[in-house]
Amino acid sequence: MTRIENVSPAVSRRLFLGTMFSASAFVLAGGRTFGYQESRDVVGYIADVETKIFNPSFWLGIEPDGTVLVVAHRSEMGTGIRTSLPMIVADELDADWTKVKIEQAIGDEKYGDQNTDGSRSIRWFGEVMHEAGASARLMLERAASKEWGVPVGECKVEMHFVVHKASGRRLGFGELAALASKETVPKITELTFKAKSEYRYIGKDIPIYDLNALCDGTGIFGMDAVREGMVYASIEHAPVHGGRVKSVDDSAALLVAGVQGVVQIPRFEAPHDFKALGGIAVVADNTWAAFEGRKNLKVEWDSGSNASYSSDTYRAELEETARRTGKVVRNIGDVEIEFSKNDNVHEAMYYVPHLAHAAMEPPAAIAEYKQGKVTCWAPTQNPQAVQSTVAAAVGVKKEDVVCHVTLLGGGFGRKSKPDYVAEAAILSKELSRPVKVVWTREDDIKFDFYHAVSACYLKAAVDDNGKPTAWLQRSVFPPMGSMSDEAARYGGAVEMAMGWSDLPFEIKNHRAENGPAEAHVRIGWLRSVSNIYHAFAHGSFTDELAHKAGADPKDYLLELIGEGRILDLESEGVHYPNYGGPIDKYPIDTSRLRHVIELVTEKAGWGTRKLPKGHALGIAAHRSFLTYVATVVEVAVDGKGKVSIPRVDTAVDAGMIIHPDRVRAQFEGAAVFGTSLALFGEITATDGAIDQGNFDDYPVARMNQAPMQTNVYIVESDAPPAGVGEPGVPPFAPALCNAIFAATGKRVRELPLSKHGLT
Amino acid sequence: MSTIQVNGVEHVFDGDPNMPLLWYVRDLLGLTGSKFGCGAGLCGACTMHRDGVAIRSCITPVSAVEGAEITTIEGLHGQHPMQKAWIAHQVPQCGYCQPGQIMQACALLKTTPHPTDKQIDASMSGNICRCGTYQRIRAAIKEAAEVSS
Repeated sequence: MTRIENVSPAVSRRLFLGTMFSASAFVLAGGRTFGYQESRDVVGYIADVETKIFNPSFWLGIEPDGTVLVVAHRSEMGTGIRTSLPMIVADELDADWTKVKIEQAIGDEKYGDQNTDGSRSIRWFGEVMHEAGASARLMLERAASKEWGVPVGECKVEMHFVVHKASGRRLGFGELAALASKETVPKITELTFKAKSEYRYIGKDIPIYDLNALCDGTGIFGMDAVREGMVYASIEHAPVHGGRVKSVDDSAALLVAGVQGVVQIPRFEAPHDFKALGGIAVVADNTWAAFEGRKNLKVEWDSGSNASYSSDTYRAELEETARRTGKVVRNIGDVEIEFSKNDNVHEAMYYVPHLAHAAMEPPAAIAEYKQGKVTCWAPTQNPQAVQSTVAAAVGVKKEDVVCHVTLLGGGFGRKSKPDYVAEAAILSKELSRPVKVVWTREDDIKFDFYHAVSACYLKAAVDDNGKPTAWLQRSVFPPMGSMSDEAARYGGAVEMAMGWSDLPFEIKNHRAENGPAEAHVRIGWLRSVSNIYHAFAHGSFTDELAHKAGADPKDYLLELIGEGRILDLESEGVHYPNYGGPIDKYPIDTSRLRHVIELVTEKAGWGTRKLPKGHALGIAAHRSFLTYVATVVEVAVDGKGKVSIPRVDTAVDAGMIIHPDRVRAQFEGAAVFGTSLALFGEITATDGAIDQGNFDDYPVARMNQAPMQTNVYIVESDAPPAGVGEPGVPPFAPALCNAIFAATGKRVRELPLSKHGLT
Repeated sequence: MSTIQVNGVEHVFDGDPNMPLLWYVRDLLGLTGSKFGCGAGLCGACTMHRDGVAIRSCITPVSAVEGAEITTIEGLHGQHPMQKAWIAHQVPQCGYCQPGQIMQACALLKTTPHPTDKQIDASMSGNICRCGTYQRIRAAIKEAAEVSS
């Protein structure tokens, strides 16, 4: 067997070892930090308060050859953020994009929040990028004005040069780098910003920075990173969450060629947070040998209390809870009085199972422990959580953990939890060598932080026109907070704020509630989180009421929303985190929701387009991550229940857009993600163990099942930028199911559709 | 001991003959463009060409490709019309599945220079993209087909 050390040096050259900025670079110097203390809710998913730290010295530098180096501190998992934020710096600096080099930041709290999650990179850091670019621009102009002895007002940056128009003199950024580095960093009040009409890159579809590397195979994901002298590890975890090792027989595993050893990782101590699960690691010369060795392990487990977890009985419990009064999260008027007066009621129970993220790249990471310091290479959404989790795992200080962020082969929320990096660190400390941990697809599906299984009960009383006079909604799901507090049973404010405490309808009597549920597996956030089941429930229920009233679903939806207005939840006593966006900057504006509905129905030909037999349209609209989305799905269902989706139309109002093409791509992708969860998405447990394990029993949409054509309409807006990675997902499943009802008369209240003879 | 040609270079392998080609190429040859997605031939992220035909290298033992010519994404050198079409349509999001998608698409055009939507579906549905770039993949394949004709 060829040992890994003997591989050509070409491999080790591909490491992520770049140091930020060369010694001779002009780096914006001097520091100023505008810090807002972040308050965290639900294991770090969404901060209540925007974090904003500005210190231009670590955002960009200019090399003497004119290369502009811009730091990308958010993780690239497919949104294009590694391009979009640096684009803002380059634009404000008026740099030549072809001379911009992007350096991926390591995890470091000096950057502020790095958890690339919650659809918030642009809205939290766009302004900071403008300020960094404008600061550097002014410093270059000041340097040129001194060099030429002319007033600074006569020196203007123009596409990588500073120009003195009157004399025709020009100096390139590289030529001015050394001089500019002597300038003090300007105050924000001294900065000027480009007018929208002056943008070169913002709002334009420039190719993403990594485009070529992603098409020619040279892009380095966590799975691809290597370290000289490293060994590979594959880890057997307890099949039931929280289980403990009873006995291990590793004799057969150790006989497998290439296997070097077997190491036990201790089981986590509660609360779990992002810790390593614990298990039996097989360490080998290469990935395959580690996998083969693991197949030959004989482990007996003590499963513990979660062995009682079975999805069928758990579902019955959830639905029973959903029928009982829960914790009130929003209340207007009195639904009970109205229900006692008006017996024209409609009620429904909706169910969405656990979902797994199933990013194409299973978790993988390298860690190298050396004399109390750890260096990691990981496809992580949250390198600062890698630092703290790894530090705690191997007993070092957070500052002594360096996390290099590779490209991510998808994330969807899974890769903000660095348990797999902690595993690599624990093993590296034990073995005194760099260790690469590789999860199989089965590991990924069976040991995920699952999207919560949920039951939502809705009840409405309607008047003679079919319009609700009372609307009660109650959701029940094992909360994300159970990861940091095993006693947690109720959803946090963040989960409630995702489409439950913010129903944008004008109804006199309305109550939103949440019931208790205990978690028996790891629960985590998955692209758009609680919005998935909440939007499915009220998006479907609205459609049911429309049909009951004999109304057009679009007209009915608009009628429920009512006239354009700003929802004032605080005055109703609702604690509304608003996705970490200040409510005055990002109010809940129903006129924007109305607008996307009107736009998408016009574009989709709602009520006007002639559809083939068996085809029908369905609609749903939802505000999440501060963005307003309305989606119309055209479905075709044949006589055998075969579902196809010829066309999807989505209108998006996400405020100001930096990179329109990447926004379109996110919404095209959200339609496919929505198709996957609506048609097939289901994770179940039997006796505590997860039943699914790969793409055969946990299918995701393939090309022949995905929407044939997704049209994305972006509303032109100067409103502050909002989220785009997640908000396309929530309206999709209800729009699809509403279309299926329109096509077949069959109402599906339980996902996935494959359980109802629809595939 | 077996002899394998990878991107025109001959390699001698004397390890476990059951080792899948994917792991040989990734871990031992250091060519990491071909990806590990499922290990079971279900997702297509590991797609390579064996004598011009698309194969799932994660379930193909090294012993099965003795004497064959293997091409990986690196063997296209970023210059293939398919890669150019991919770039023109900004297909990738995270990009992890794209080498496999491109290799599959190249194999399709070899046998079917002007595929219909149905033929594209039939050939490409073994390759999963979780980001959901299918619409652009389809457009890129059609463009590459046009350019190549």
